[in-house]
Amino acid sequence: MDPSSMVGMKEEEERPHVLVVDDSLVDRKIMEKLFTNSACKVTTAENGQKALELLGQGEDIHTNINHHVPKISLVVTDYCMPGMTGYDLLKKVKESCDIKEIPVIIVSSENVPTRIEKCLKEGAQEFILKPLKQSDVKKLRCQMQFTQPMKGRLCMGR
Amino acid sequence: MDAVSQLQRQFVEHATSLYREGYLDDQFTQLQKLQDESNPDFVVEVVTLFFEDSEKLLNNLATALQQESIDYKQVDAHVHQFKGSSSSIGAQRVKNVCVVFRNYCDEKNLDGCLVCLQQAKNEYLLVRNKLEALLNLEQQILQAGGSVPMIT
Repeated sequence: MDPSSMVGMKEEEERPHVLVVDDSLVDRKIMEKLFTNSACKVTTAENGQKALELLGQGEDIHTNINHHVPKISLVVTDYCMPGMTGYDLLKKVKESCDIKEIPVIIVSSENVPTRIEKCLKEGAQEFILKPLKQSDVKKLRCQMQFTQPMKGRLCMGR
Repeated sequence: MDAVSQLQRQFVEHATSLYREGYLDDQFTQLQKLQDESNPDFVVEVVTLFFEDSEKLLNNLATALQQESIDYKQVDAHVHQFKGSSSSIGAQRVKNVCVVFRNYCDEKNLDGCLVCLQQAKNEYLLVRNKLEALLNLEQQILQAGGSVPMIT
């Protein structure tokens, strides 16, 4: 197998895996497309509880044990969700030993400075206003490129 | 003018008027840009989800506003959702009604809310009809072997 196709395969496996959390079906669909268009793998969850389960932090320990936990590189969550808000989810991620390193992006349709401050203080990587654009995702994708462990590969930049 | 060109011209006219009259905004253009060969029905799928979602929300709103004792927080939550999804699709006029609607919820103004509900319904039906017509034209163009003009 020639080196160039091997690199292709490796890149395929190492596509960042993004977890999109939003109670709106319309928004989940759009965000999924935004991220797959930027060469990411995407899993969606309709609420914080499901998101935590997918991150291996579900309350049911049996779910955790039996569940193959995908390696999530980024969590993108809506702020306003019934039950567990995006902020609550952010807190749970940052309080957990296993997954606190995973960057969390909060998205919201409302531009509320106190809300933004609160989220950033709690450890959100970024707060982005909805609706998301392809340019927002491209920027995130570039950031992910440089925070991903390179596993011994030289980062040649893009 | 052959059939494809005629359809394309109709499409451009229709789409342009939708933007000009404020039914759609740039967000809809963004959605069209997301569509590609790997998912050629993306816009139709998203728009369909929006229609289903909207009809549910409008029903929920009507029910919530018919209660003996109205839970304005609940009404606001539905409007917030409607505002969100219409914004994501680019249904600008629907979104704008939702903004006003939320203010009436904050004021617990029943009359205001009822007026907004009617307006939201009207705007939704208008944009739904226009989008259906637009997507229909798209289909016809593609079936006739043409390509869909991009409106920027």
